[in-house]
Amino acid sequence: MCLAFPARVLTLQDAAMATVDIGGVRKEISLGLLEGVKAGDYVMVHVGYALSRIDEEEARKTLALFAEMERRFGEDGGA
Amino acid sequence: MSRSTRSLDLRQGHVDMSHGGGGRAMAQLIEELFMEHFDNELLRQQNDQAAFNVAAGRMVMATDSHVVFPLFFPGGDIGSLSVHGTINDVAMAGARPLYLSAAFILEEGFPLADLERIVRSMARASRAAGVPVVTGDTKVVERGKGDGVYITTTGIGVAPEGARISADRAQPGDAILINGALGDHGVAVMSSRENLSFATNIESDSAPLHTLVAAMVEACPDIHCLRDPTRGGLAATLNELAGQSEVGMVIRERDLPIREEVAGACELLGLDPLYVANEGKLVAIVPGEAAQRLLALMRAHPLGREAAVIGRVIEDDHCFVQMKTAFGGTRMVDWLAAEQLPRIC
Amino acid sequence: MKHVDEYRNGRLARAMARAIAAEARPGRVYRLMEFCGGHTHGIHRYGIPGLLPDNVRMIHGPGCPVCVLPMGRIDAAIELANRPEVILCTYADMLRVPGSRRTSLMQARALGADVRMLYSTLDALKIARENPGREVVFFAIGFETTTPPTAMAVKEAQRLGLGNFTVFCNHVLTPPAMRGILAQPGVMIDGFVGPGHVSAVIGRDAYEFAAREYAKPLVISGFEPLDLMHAIRLLIRQLNEGRAEVENEYARVVSDRGNPIALDLMDEVFEQRPSFEWRGLGMIPHSALRLRDEFAAFDAEQRFALAAGPVPDNKACECADILRGLKQPQDCKVFATACTPDNPLGACMVSSEGACAAWYTYGRHRKRRRA
Ligand code: SF4
Repeated sequence: MCLAFPARVLTLQDAAMATVDIGGVRKEISLGLLEGVKAGDYVMVHVGYALSRIDEEEARKTLALFAEMERRFGEDGGA
Repeated sequence: MSRSTRSLDLRQGHVDMSHGGGGRAMAQLIEELFMEHFDNELLRQQNDQAAFNVAAGRMVMATDSHVVFPLFFPGGDIGSLSVHGTINDVAMAGARPLYLSAAFILEEGFPLADLERIVRSMARASRAAGVPVVTGDTKVVERGKGDGVYITTTGIGVAPEGARISADRAQPGDAILINGALGDHGVAVMSSRENLSFATNIESDSAPLHTLVAAMVEACPDIHCLRDPTRGGLAATLNELAGQSEVGMVIRERDLPIREEVAGACELLGLDPLYVANEGKLVAIVPGEAAQRLLALMRAHPLGREAAVIGRVIEDDHCFVQMKTAFGGTRMVDWLAAEQLPRIC
Repeated sequence: MKHVDEYRNGRLARAMARAIAAEARPGRVYRLMEFCGGHTHGIHRYGIPGLLPDNVRMIHGPGCPVCVLPMGRIDAAIELANRPEVILCTYADMLRVPGSRRTSLMQARALGADVRMLYSTLDALKIARENPGREVVFFAIGFETTTPPTAMAVKEAQRLGLGNFTVFCNHVLTPPAMRGILAQPGVMIDGFVGPGHVSAVIGRDAYEFAAREYAKPLVISGFEPLDLMHAIRLLIRQLNEGRAEVENEYARVVSDRGNPIALDLMDEVFEQRPSFEWRGLGMIPHSALRLRDEFAAFDAEQRFALAAGPVPDNKACECADILRGLKQPQDCKVFATACTPDNPLGACMVSSEGACAAWYTYGRHRKRRRA
C-alpha cells in the first residue's frame, strides 16, 4: 500500500507547489503537508503530495549499518 | 480525374462526411494528400488494388490496427507507428517487407492540418524504410464515433527459403537476446498524456527493424524465434514464446537494458518496465552457441547498439518465465492480468 | 537514483542473507507478518523469500486498501457512478476490482458511467470546477497516507465553495487493524514488519501497543529490499533476545511523532467510525474514518441515498486464516483454479499486493512450505 518515491526538489513554485526530479523525470507535486522544504531536499512523494522529508543523516546511519554488516558477512568478510 | 477548382484547405479545414462519401471531395483528399505524399508507381496507377510480381520464397503477411492516444508523442506519431509496427510484424518472420497498404478511419471534424502531419510522417517512415504504401482506403465516421484517426496497415514480404522462425521453436539451452533498452515507447506516450503530468526527455523507440533482422538472419539462419515486445512489454512476449514452445525461461534483471528515466517514470507511476510497451525492439531466441556472434553483429547495427543477452531457455512443464533479480532473489514474471494502470498502492 | 539504488544492492543482499542465516536459530520457526501490501509486493518482486532460511516465514498482512475494501462498498461506488449526474473519480487501483455482481467500475464505465482515474486529489477539484452542472464524487480509499490528501481536497473545496464535490470515504486505519488481527483467536504471528509510509504520517510511537499489550516486536521498515531484510534481521534478533520493542529501521523517513500537519488535517476533517468491515477480517472497531459533521456537505454518504449493503465473501475463501498466519495461499482449494487475479474470489487475490495474488504472480515457481 501507499506507493511513494524519493524525489529531489528542484524548484519551489510557491509555498504550496514544487517541481521534483526522480531519475531525470520531473513532476509537479504539492507541498501542502510539509513545512520548510527547500530546493535540493529529498522528499517522499505519495499521490502527488510530499509526505515527509528524507533525513540525510539518518540515511547515512542506516547505510553505515549495512556497511558494517557487509564487513562481517560480506563475500570476503569474516563470519 | 477532374481537378477541383479550390485545393484542400490544409491549414484551417476539417474532415467532413463528404471526404468519405465517394464524391469529388474524397477524390480531392486522396489526390492532394495521400497521392501527394505516398507517391509511387503502383499508387499512380490509381486502381482499387495494387498488382505486382514477387520473388521466390515464402510470402509473409501481417496486419495491425493503430489506435493511440495522444496521436502525437515524443519520437513519433500514429503515422510513423503504423508503418513501423507492420514492417516489424512482417520482419519478425525473418522476411523482407515489400509493400504496405493503409486504411484510414477519420472522424468528422478532425483537422486536415493534423491529418497532413500524420500522412507526411507516414510517408517519411515508409520511404526511409524502403517499403512503399501501394494501396489504401479512407472512411469517415460521424463526430464522436472515432478518436480523430485510426490507421490499419497491412504488409507483405518474402522470407528466404529455409527460414523457419516461429514462436514454437524455442529449445532448452537457447539464448534470449534483446536489441536495446526497454519501455521507451510506453513511457514516452504516457508522459504526453496530460492527466499523468510528468515530464521526461524519453522518446519513443518506434523504428523499422527489418534491416537489423535481415543482417541477423543472414548471419544466423537458424534463429528460432523473433518477436517484437509491443503491448504487454517483454513480459508478455516471453510468456507467449514460452507457452507456444512449451519451455521455461530465466532472465537476469541485471542484464536488462533500462534507461534511468524509464526506471524513474516507472517508480513514479508504480509500473514495472517489463510490462511497458516498445515499438522498436525485438526479442531473439537463438541456439546458445550462436548468441555471442549474433550479439556482436546486433551491436554493430544502429538499432542494436545496446543489444544484450538477457537470459536463456530451460526445460519447464509449467512454461514459467522466471527472473533472477539484481538483488539476488528469483521471482516469476507472469502475464499481466490486464492493461497496466498507474498504481497508488 | 539516490535513496533507491543504495537499498537494492545485490552484494549487500547476499551479505544480509548470510547475516540473517547466522542469526536465525535452527530450532525455531519465525513467523513474521509484513502488515503492508507494499512490503508484500516488494518481498516478492525482489525475490526475498528465496534469500531467507526455511524457518523464517513471511506472513502477508491485510495492508492493501484495495483488498480489504468490502464488496458492498464497491457496489455502492458503482451505484454512484451509474447515476447520470455523477462523475466518479478514483485512483486507478480501484477500477478493476469486482463488486458482488462481478462487475467493476471499469465495466460500469464501458456501459456508460462517467468514471475517471485520478493521480492526485487536486485533480478531482479541477474536474468539479470544470463541470459545475455535475456531481463530482471522489471514491476515497487508503490508509493514513492517502487520507491527508483527501482532507486537503475537502478543505480546499470548502474554501472554494464547491457545492458539487463530495467524498465517498473509505479511509481505514492501521493500528486498529493490527489490534484486530492480534485479538483473533489462534494467531500465529511472532512479530511485525511495520508499514513505512503510514508510519511517516502517524509516527513510530503509534505502535507502542503492539509491544506493550501483545508483547510482539515490531520493526518499521522502508520499501526497498535491503530495508526489508534489515527489518527481518532486527525482528529475529529481538525474538532471540526475548525482547518486544518498537524499532525504526526507516528513520530516514519516519519520525517518532509522524507528520504533525498531516495528522492535524486528518483530525480536523475526519472522525472515527464506531466500526467498519474489513474484507477477510470482518468488523473491526474504530478502524475507519468518516467526515466530521462540520464537513457533512462534502460527504457523499449523506448527499446520496445509497442502497448497496454488505455482501458475504465466497465460502471457500481462506483469507481469514491466511491473514492470521495459519494457512498459506496454496492451502486454499480454489487458489489458482477458480480464484485468480483475473477472477478474484477473496480479498487476498484482489490486487497485486494481496497475499494470494502475490504468490500467484511471483511465487508459483517455488515449492510449497508447511506453515
Ligand atoms: S485463493 Fe482466493 S479464495 Fe482462496 S484464500 Fe486466496 S483470495 Fe481467498
